[in-house]
Amino acid sequence: MSTDTLTERPARSTLFDGLSRYIPIGATVALLVVMYLVGTGNYRNFGEPQVVANLFVNNAALLIIAVGMTFVILSGGIDLSVGSVMAFSAMSCAWLTVEAGIPAETAVAMVLVLGTVSGAATGAVIHYFNVQPFIATLAGLFLYRGLTLQISDRDVAIRDNAFFDWGMERTEFGNVRDGGFSLPNIVFIAGAVVLIAFVVLHYTRFGRGVYAVGGSEQSALLMGLPVARTKVGVYAVSGFCAALGGVVAAFSTKSADPLGGLGLELDAIAAVVVGGALLTGGAGFVLGTVAGVMVMGMLSTIISFDGRFSSWWARIIVGILLLAFILLQRVLARSGEKRKT
Amino acid sequence: MSDEPIVQMTGITKDFTGVRALDGVDFTLRPGEIHAVMGENGAGKSTLIKVLTGVHTPDAGQIRLDGRPVRFNSPKAAQAGGISTVYQEVNLTENLSVAENLFAGREPRLGPFINFRAMRRRARALLEDIGIDLNVAAPLGSYSIAMQQLVAIARAVDIKAKVLILDEPTSSLDRDEVAVLLRVMRRLAENGTAMVFISHFLDQVYEISDRMTVLRNGTLVGEWESAALPESDLIGHMLGREAATLEQIERQAGEHKPDRGEPIVSAKGLGRKGSIAPYDLEVHAGEVVGLAGLLGSGRTETVRLIAGADRHDSGTLAFEGKSVGSHNPRTAALRGIAFCPENRKTEGLVGDLTVAENMILAMQASKGWARTVPPAQRSRLVAEFIEKLDIRPANPDLPVKNLSGGNQQKVLLARWMLIEPKLLILDEPTRGIDVGAKADIQRLVTELSGDGMAVLFVSAELDEVTRLSDRIAVLRDRELIATLETEADMTSEKIVDTIVAKGGDQ
Amino acid sequence: MSALLDRSKSAARAAWAHQYFRRLIWPLGVLLVLIVVNIAVTGFDFIIPSVHDGRLGGAFVNILRRSAPLLLIALGMTLVIATKGIDLSVGAVYAIGAAIACQWIIGRDQMSLGVVFVAVAIAIAVAAAIGAWNGLMVANFGIQPIVATLILMIAGRGIAQLITGGQIPSVSDETPFVELGRGAVLTIPVPIIIAGVVLAALALLTRTTALGMLLESVGGNPEASRLAGIRSKSITVLVYLVCGLCAGLAGLIGAANLGSADANNGGLWIELDAILAVVIGGTALLGGRFFLLGTTIGVAIIGTLEVTIINIGLSSQWQFTAKAIVVLVVALLQSPEFRAWVAKPLRGKRPGGAPSAKAESTGEEALVK
Repeated sequence: MSTDTLTERPARSTLFDGLSRYIPIGATVALLVVMYLVGTGNYRNFGEPQVVANLFVNNAALLIIAVGMTFVILSGGIDLSVGSVMAFSAMSCAWLTVEAGIPAETAVAMVLVLGTVSGAATGAVIHYFNVQPFIATLAGLFLYRGLTLQISDRDVAIRDNAFFDWGMERTEFGNVRDGGFSLPNIVFIAGAVVLIAFVVLHYTRFGRGVYAVGGSEQSALLMGLPVARTKVGVYAVSGFCAALGGVVAAFSTKSADPLGGLGLELDAIAAVVVGGALLTGGAGFVLGTVAGVMVMGMLSTIISFDGRFSSWWARIIVGILLLAFILLQRVLARSGEKRKT
Repeated sequence: MSDEPIVQMTGITKDFTGVRALDGVDFTLRPGEIHAVMGENGAGKSTLIKVLTGVHTPDAGQIRLDGRPVRFNSPKAAQAGGISTVYQEVNLTENLSVAENLFAGREPRLGPFINFRAMRRRARALLEDIGIDLNVAAPLGSYSIAMQQLVAIARAVDIKAKVLILDEPTSSLDRDEVAVLLRVMRRLAENGTAMVFISHFLDQVYEISDRMTVLRNGTLVGEWESAALPESDLIGHMLGREAATLEQIERQAGEHKPDRGEPIVSAKGLGRKGSIAPYDLEVHAGEVVGLAGLLGSGRTETVRLIAGADRHDSGTLAFEGKSVGSHNPRTAALRGIAFCPENRKTEGLVGDLTVAENMILAMQASKGWARTVPPAQRSRLVAEFIEKLDIRPANPDLPVKNLSGGNQQKVLLARWMLIEPKLLILDEPTRGIDVGAKADIQRLVTELSGDGMAVLFVSAELDEVTRLSDRIAVLRDRELIATLETEADMTSEKIVDTIVAKGGDQ
Repeated sequence: MSALLDRSKSAARAAWAHQYFRRLIWPLGVLLVLIVVNIAVTGFDFIIPSVHDGRLGGAFVNILRRSAPLLLIALGMTLVIATKGIDLSVGAVYAIGAAIACQWIIGRDQMSLGVVFVAVAIAIAVAAAIGAWNGLMVANFGIQPIVATLILMIAGRGIAQLITGGQIPSVSDETPFVELGRGAVLTIPVPIIIAGVVLAALALLTRTTALGMLLESVGGNPEASRLAGIRSKSITVLVYLVCGLCAGLAGLIGAANLGSADANNGGLWIELDAILAVVIGGTALLGGRFFLLGTTIGVAIIGTLEVTIINIGLSSQWQFTAKAIVVLVVALLQSPEFRAWVAKPLRGKRPGGAPSAKAESTGEEALVK
């Protein structure tokens, strides 16, 4: 053992560097705080805990779907089918319980399995046949919307099924009047999804493989990582999350809307990017996605509290945020490249 | 050092659609030795390595690992057999931490979860073993390429590699970083790991290797103890002597001495950091200036700066006496500088377009899209050059990707001859093409310079450079070390001597 | 020499026609099958145009008329895809174009030709500017096309709603503006004329000038194009600009046809249909060779498919499912891996090497396992 040991400390600041990889997510969280302060400063009742709690209630399905999208985007892919899959799974739940008379528990389980399997099939097409994710999931977008409309082209109510009451049953944390808040069960489902996703992404081989494949698929392959399993896996996760999102949507409205989740894939992608993930894959955090969903929810909340602004401002601002984050990532990536040469 | 070979390859032959990349090559690797595989581009080094690592399967021949015959169908199978590769490009992921990169796919676990503490501890121990100390929790991307390269080696070693292949690992490293890498290699050799080392830096090869195998044109030249092979002999073996297969081009340096008036192009202190040291170079009308040097000596980098393909960060470039301001391929082409890049497929031709379209591309680009080359003029020019350069098949509407290498090269040449440039830059125009096309291109270079065109000519073949050039710029280690006037007694040995002499200085 | 020249000229035409024919043959075949199915179900009225109120009608003409906005967008998309790009924002640009024109007109003298002309000009100029913005993001900032155009795909409909104030502005049925969507010149519906003119213009622009070749060069091999001295940045910007312009024009036709601009649902998912039409028409998503005529056939296939589904007695909901199947089939047919996988059982096992190779392979298995 020689004594001359070569020491190097990370000197370069890149997108992947210890600190600067937290810049995008830091920006998102700061934005969230600023928005909250602006809200509490300007509007009465904005500071009540229930306002924040409602962010989670109103966006539970989006949150779940965005978490699935995070897996896909981290691996360097994209999934356009989530909105349609969500509508399909909500509609299937309704049809299976109302028309086919299948117990609700069984119906939900069937829907979740179907979502996962269809996601895995999409992933297999993408990996083994080298079809671009955009195109393969575009087929899913059309397919599941079509199937949904074929089941029913109007809303199907599931109000009569006692099982679907469970989702909106609330747990109170303190008295709502005295600064407490209450949360329905769907929020706990969403919370569990976030928690499990966080653990899977950061503490399992599969999760780290997702980051590796997103960082460089070629390298992951040469390092002997199970690239095929990882790529099929992320689309399966996304399919499962989309199906679960549909179940949650069914819980929260007690009905199935054949046009539900229209354009939701865009909201999910926007939430993931605003949450600091790189659309080319390899960098981002599931907690960032949570922050991204919160930013989008907070925007709508402020706009509804204010009353002077119209709802479309939310879209425009989300577009501006997207632009800002994409340019920020571009700048960070460029400064990284420069230092390297 | 045991004499029982760990890897024994015998009679390895590999064909790629008609081209014989390897022809009955033998290669032997003994435990604990560092064995350099030497050769120019196209000599068959990378094919040999790819056969050994399972990327290619050989058409004939046998591979024995530890005395047992093996046949690998994939890099993964080779890895499982104990053969790991570290490439020039670091094949790790920058976004994961150092520790994660070391253990990706085989992380220590507690139940289903990764045991990060154990992983970091083992990572530190592993790196300590080869003598480096890093923050293993930091992302790999925050370290220098050299350090990343060492991490890649550490990973390969830890996967119980019996054989480690290092394919150009030093090409992007600076001197100190190379020293560290070589030290790590030595330590691994002491522990019995056999290594195949590929590098175009001769001093590194001599410093580290025990043995050398030299390949040329897909055949084995021989195997030597490094200590017993003088550098000049090595270069001679690598570059070889062209057999009298080519019709001898009469060198006209004697008869037509171009008048050295105003240079067409003159570079003063032109350079690019990390690519080529600042150099001075002048090319006059009617003059062929050859660039000679080994692979990786900076031949291509030198001409790319003049062509505007890369941006220079030091020095000045003047064209016909006027200093050049904004310099990119477009402005260069407008001034009359034509550049045929080294890599025809990726940088030269647009494979899906036809022969005619590829030919007209530069002319059209300089006119802009709105001013179309008239169809009649276009077919006339295309037909003229197809005939003049003897491009076969003589069908201008064939997608260019369907042509043979030599004919593709002629299409590329025609593209630039169409704009009647004042300076023609040819980067390895004769590499990988058949003998007939080679002779055609050499004859063309002589003709064009006879008509007053200035030519910059890069070639790995010294005979070719000597025969065609009026002056030869010699490069070594990314530095232009000498400019030789080609007199009648010019020989490739003189160039070799220049390269070696400079190596001795350092 | 001149003999060679003549030969090369006629060969050029032959080869060009041959290449085009090969690319177009199967989309054309699919279109023909769809038409035949429709004729079998509804009779020859399907294909034979009739004249109503001085305007050409009939099932097939109506398909073409309704497909005009999609065709315009798909043509622009073809050029973008030829450069290895994609434009997701066209649906939003469609909505913006429609919103600007309608909003401008309802606040003014609806009968005035001048007002309509200004409205159309502003709408087209804004659409072109948005396209140019996309092009700048791609060419100058080096942002992936899918990401760069996603921004306006999301924000664009918000902008359209901002323009209309969240309302759905309806123009009078009497204004000359609606002629863009409903009118006819010499009995030919105006949308078909506009789409035809744009198709002809783009075909002329790309095939009689060098633009088409330079586009294919930039899409086919960006680095080689750079080294050949092609101004690829300005070409890229130009192409996105044209695509935005086409989208705006499509929005005008759509709004004129409806007499109103729906910022939320106007042109919804038209970007996906357009990409589908381009791919059906034989232009690869990886860039390079492009086929404007193929795209046109692709649009006709999509339009006819929707009608066919209803004519053969399926509910209109089937159109999504049918499109999904088309997307999958086209994507898989273009995948070399898929073709190899399908062909494998047909070709049978590759004739194996000498017996010695087999012995070696068992040796390897021992090592791997």
